[in-house]
Amino acid sequence: MLMKVEELNRVLYVDLTKKDIKVKDRTDLFDAYLGGSGVAIKLLEEECPTGIDPLSAANPIIFAVGPLTALYPTASKTVAMFKSPLTGNLGESHCGGRSSMAIRLAGYGAIVITGSSDILLYLTIDGDKVKFRDASSIGGMDAQTVGRILREAETGSGVRTIIRTGRAGGKLVRYACAVSETYRHFGRLGLGAVMGSKNLKALVISADKSVEIPKGKRKEYRKVYDEIQDVVVESDAMKKYHDLGTAGKLYEMNKLGGMAYKNLESASAPEEIARELSGENFANKFLSRRISCSHCPVGCVHLASLRELYAPGYYFKTTTIPYDNEPIYAVGFMLGMEHAEDCLRMIDAVDTVGMDIMSTGVVLAWATEAYGKGLITKAHTDGLDLQWGDVSTYLEAVEKIVEMPTEFYQNLAMGVEHASSVYGGQDYALAFGGNEMPEYHTGIACYINNLTGARHSHLDSAGYTLDQKLIGKEFSIEEVVKSLIAEEEWRQILSSLVVCFFARGVYTSERVVKAMAAIGLENWSPEKLEVVGREIHRAKMNFKFREGFDLAKLRIPKRIFEVPTPHGLLKEEDLRKAIEIYGEIISAQ
Amino acid sequence: MVKKLAVLDVNKCIGCMECMFACTRRVGRAGFDKSAIRVRSAGGIERGFVVVVCRACEYPPCAKVCPTDALRVRKGGGVILNKDKCIGCGFCAQACIMGAIFWDDELDKPIVCKYCGDCADYCVHNAIGLVDV
Ligand code: SF4
Ligand code: SF4
Ligand code: SF4
Repeated sequence: MLMKVEELNRVLYVDLTKKDIKVKDRTDLFDAYLGGSGVAIKLLEEECPTGIDPLSAANPIIFAVGPLTALYPTASKTVAMFKSPLTGNLGESHCGGRSSMAIRLAGYGAIVITGSSDILLYLTIDGDKVKFRDASSIGGMDAQTVGRILREAETGSGVRTIIRTGRAGGKLVRYACAVSETYRHFGRLGLGAVMGSKNLKALVISADKSVEIPKGKRKEYRKVYDEIQDVVVESDAMKKYHDLGTAGKLYEMNKLGGMAYKNLESASAPEEIARELSGENFANKFLSRRISCSHCPVGCVHLASLRELYAPGYYFKTTTIPYDNEPIYAVGFMLGMEHAEDCLRMIDAVDTVGMDIMSTGVVLAWATEAYGKGLITKAHTDGLDLQWGDVSTYLEAVEKIVEMPTEFYQNLAMGVEHASSVYGGQDYALAFGGNEMPEYHTGIACYINNLTGARHSHLDSAGYTLDQKLIGKEFSIEEVVKSLIAEEEWRQILSSLVVCFFARGVYTSERVVKAMAAIGLENWSPEKLEVVGREIHRAKMNFKFREGFDLAKLRIPKRIFEVPTPHGLLKEEDLRKAIEIYGEIISAQ
Repeated sequence: MVKKLAVLDVNKCIGCMECMFACTRRVGRAGFDKSAIRVRSAGGIERGFVVVVCRACEYPPCAKVCPTDALRVRKGGGVILNKDKCIGCGFCAQACIMGAIFWDDELDKPIVCKYCGDCADYCVHNAIGLVDV
């Protein structure tokens, strides 16, 4: 079935309470905000009433793709938006796999899911046919098994994506994630919990349409397509992300002294640990396959193969486990793991239950330190003796976060911000804006990023990259803040198009305009993109403010001022000043 | 020289589907609905991928069962589809045990590889390529 480029404007509204659907023409939104984050924030404004409980039926889930999806290489991501049950404000998470291609080629620019079902459901979206299916028999299952069952049970045509939750979603762990294609995640900020609260276990979306390139544009389209393809293939990103993958930079980051180790007891692990947990070591010992999201030639997804004896009598099992920079940080460095195998076993356990691995690692790191300091005891931990590097205990802890046998685990399942507000130890509870921190302890920019970024994600404005560029240079706090805001604004365009951030070097504003023009979307210019990027960023911030986010009230854990960064020790007053400047700039423009 | 498309090293395939997009792009579309090549997981991504595309058989079973001679045997192997003659019976698709004849639901006729090599031009990892027959 053939669609026009403009048919991105079709938005599918699914009401889980009434088990009803509607398709609306939202040309208004796609014309003004491209797609992805831009359209999603507008839909969130419309659909999410102020002050609601994120785990109530009133919280919508929005999936959005963009004008370049399925049309150009590396336009491979889907944006999910919702009110976050972890931070209480903006929930936004990005995922690749086949999700974006499937949504677009199923005939939609966005999918809005509202309400809550009385029984556990999964949705199948096969073009215009949307079905509500009983998911009772797969309720308590892990994400891998659900994927396997639905792949067989659903015979929908074309190429499909299966977006599903694990057990943690159903148990409303505030940082439960959603998984697509087994190895890709809508990881951060709790989409899995929101799906759980709606009694929605999974979505199966089939792609069987195609987008028609306007007749007079075909030559131009192919030319621009080839140019983009060539730049992607020849870029550094290609080599960097395909060879060792994102894990390739762990060792250097540790050497630089910008890597949070053992709950940021220090900013670099001992040399032998850094070698053991390096991308090189993972590749040499465990790499079994590299795979890619649809329409991306890079293939950054690295899969490890782990063979283990699990019962006497030669019972072996071989598990395939995806690894990346951030998971190795969160459950490797952060938890003081001494062996790459142990790190892989943790990644697998967390993936199996379906939680955000970054949040899980940071939560457990805090719990380990708090336990070591006597703030919590075995009565809290249900008998677990939490020690750095002790993988079997951590594996049990992951289970307990999901099953919540004691009040302590109920609190851990709400995130480190919450748990530390109950038990103390806030000085070393490493969450910013309520979201658990990424690995970087590179300087002031990464923390301004963590604190002010709309998602409190290192990918909001890449402060860690700026920190590294600024080593040995003179700079003012104001310059840093301005540069981070500019970066975050531009990234709104990338995540509205929606292209993978790894290909950000490819999609310059000029090239974006060219790519759009070559498919008949003519009225864009670099200047207009800049303005719209800013507008989207402010809309996201305004949503946060509306939901109670307050820059002046941001909690900054003391720990980050006690451990030197590559720029030396950071000062709280500088960071507070940066936040103030940030507030002034975004309210002025 | 007559060419055919070959799967050179399926272990190098990363499942990016660039080949599938390239094949449908030939007719001015973004998607897969006109693709004569399909990449799917070999029963779970961890086992890798299977690339399904016409192998250009020397004695093509698909052509043997075509009741209207719409599929003509190409010199050197493989087939050429004459759409005008095709009545859309689907026998060819059943006869190809490679599963390499896909169906065009719009036209209700088969999609058969044209051995043009466009897909291979976009396979950065050299999993597929055009070879002499
Ligand atoms: S379509 Fe199948 S049977 Fe026909 S030539 Fe190709 S591989 Fe052989
Ligand atoms: S050789 Fe040409 S027709 Fe055959 S699969 Fe590749 S692009 Fe399609
Ligand atoms: S382009 Fe090459 S690597 Fe990508 S899916 Fe096709 S055969 Fe595999």
